[in-house]
Amino acid sequence: MSRYVVKRLLIAVPSILGISVILFTVLALAPGDPFSALATDPSIPPSVAAALRAKFGLDDPIYLRYLRWLVAMLHGEWGFSFASRMDVATLILQRLPTTLFVLGASQVLALIVALPVGIYAGVRPYSLGDQIASTLALIGFSLPTFFTGLIFILLFSITLHWLPFVYSSDVGGTGLEWYWLHIRQALMPVAVLGLFQGATWTRFVRAAVLDVARLDYVTTARAKGLAERVVVLKHIVRNAMIPVVTLIALQMPVVFGGAIITEQIFRVPGIGSLLISAILANDTPVIMAVTFVFACLVILFNLIADLLYGCLDPRISYG
Amino acid sequence: MVDGAAAVDSAPFAAAASVRRRTLGGEAWRRFRRHRLAVVSAVVLFLMIAAVALGPFLWRVPINDIDFAAHLQGPSLAHPLGTDDLGQDLLARMLYGGRISLAVGLAAMLVAIVAGTIIGAIAGVSRGAVDSGLVWLIDLFLSLPQLPLLLLLIYLFRDQLKAVVGAQIGMFLLIVIVIGGFRWMSVARLVRAQFFSLREKEFVEAARALGASKLRQVVRHILPNALGPVIVAATIEVANAIIAESTLSFLGLGFPPDVPSWGRLLYDAKDYLDIAPHWALFAGGAIFLTVMTINYIGDGLRDAFDPRKVI
Repeated sequence: MSRYVVKRLLIAVPSILGISVILFTVLALAPGDPFSALATDPSIPPSVAAALRAKFGLDDPIYLRYLRWLVAMLHGEWGFSFASRMDVATLILQRLPTTLFVLGASQVLALIVALPVGIYAGVRPYSLGDQIASTLALIGFSLPTFFTGLIFILLFSITLHWLPFVYSSDVGGTGLEWYWLHIRQALMPVAVLGLFQGATWTRFVRAAVLDVARLDYVTTARAKGLAERVVVLKHIVRNAMIPVVTLIALQMPVVFGGAIITEQIFRVPGIGSLLISAILANDTPVIMAVTFVFACLVILFNLIADLLYGCLDPRISYG
Repeated sequence: MVDGAAAVDSAPFAAAASVRRRTLGGEAWRRFRRHRLAVVSAVVLFLMIAAVALGPFLWRVPINDIDFAAHLQGPSLAHPLGTDDLGQDLLARMLYGGRISLAVGLAAMLVAIVAGTIIGAIAGVSRGAVDSGLVWLIDLFLSLPQLPLLLLLIYLFRDQLKAVVGAQIGMFLLIVIVIGGFRWMSVARLVRAQFFSLREKEFVEAARALGASKLRQVVRHILPNALGPVIVAATIEVANAIIAESTLSFLGLGFPPDVPSWGRLLYDAKDYLDIAPHWALFAGGAIFLTVMTINYIGDGLRDAFDPRKVI
């Protein structure tokens, strides 16, 4: 088992390096430059601007800048945000917990919706329940998150006045009230993201269950007189989960994209909204770091999926 | 003697075959018609395409006619879909925006499909280093954080392209290429998998034995048989590309305000949600309806092209 984990980790390293090279090249090829504002500012003499450029090494060849950035990254020095006048690492660590909380909660919601509904629809294909579930799932994943977000705000904040539509990191209140306020403001972002993912995954689960349910060993299990519950949960679902895990892992970039959109709609102070404000402020170190964090998260979840895959399917050897 | 017996034997079979003979396309069409919702969706989508294509000729209100006296009004006879914050007619803007959104969807789909088919085909016919290199590339692109990179690329390169080919065309090209450039991977995997099974089939072997070149084997024999799943993927890609464009515009990094794609309309509408909800609902509803009909058509096509499924 540990050898398998190490092997997977060793495969993940070149992927992260490849992504970092792509990111760095894109940024270096682009015309924007954190010091371009300094160049047009008349109160800063050109010699000072040039000295600053030299100090941060912006005139060096690209591979040198990449290597320097990589070494600094490995030392935990993630650069300095020119726009917020803060260390990038501090900035990201401040914002990351909010993003992970909203994302995690929405994925749990998505699983709570997708597993039972998908399994139910998959074992009774073309029944009335399946048709209702399939239609709702298709509508759910055709509704873009930015539109559902606006509809939720319109319905629950503007019309009904039930929920706040601006997420604040400092809600006030103490003890239980603090928890309640936090949950209340997270309800809409989590629901928007979770229902969208839930709809997508329902389709995956249904298709996988449908494929497995018609195999001969399932008929054998039924013929042995096993209870339907046991047949479905122990025989069908376990095997159906194998392709589902892969598909969910492949969906991770989409999930993080959805997180950026929801954070922007509900003004959640996470790393997604940080990325957008950094892009608009031309804050290169922050853009680089946030995109890199997203890339690492995607690879981390792929790794987790690989390990889960190993647990679900004993035919995969850990050798 | 042998010939005669064969002719007698095969006569009924030949007759039966001629009755049942259907072209691949005809068979797919017969199966597609069985999916009722897909047919309804196809009709709705066709009507929407006709509306945005022909509508601006019938509804001749300019999209940028500013009238502050009539701003943020709900639907009325003069403005069937209401007006925006500058008093511009929303029906005219929606019709124009539909052209942009659908054109981006189709063009980005073409980029993704062409790139995916070529890369998948190269990986599918080659073995060894080329194949594993391309598979690594596909996996790498699949694990890229797409939306951050999309935003980044658009933000970094839009001014350069604008300077070269003009604001509207520059933005259109950039969005199409960037969206297509991040969506070819699933098509490439599909095509590669299809090629792997098809290249070992007898009819390809026969072509190879007859001395057909590698290119001819691929173009004449393998590719046409791999097209079914690619057509299904292409349909879904149009929906994905429309959503991707709307997302970019919604985040303020897509089209400028004078090119009101549906996503851009939604971006402008979101600050007036409390006083003019019709604005956001019409724009978002159009995106939703288009994407949903395309997804249903994709479902219908999947049933139509899936030979395992008996209908």
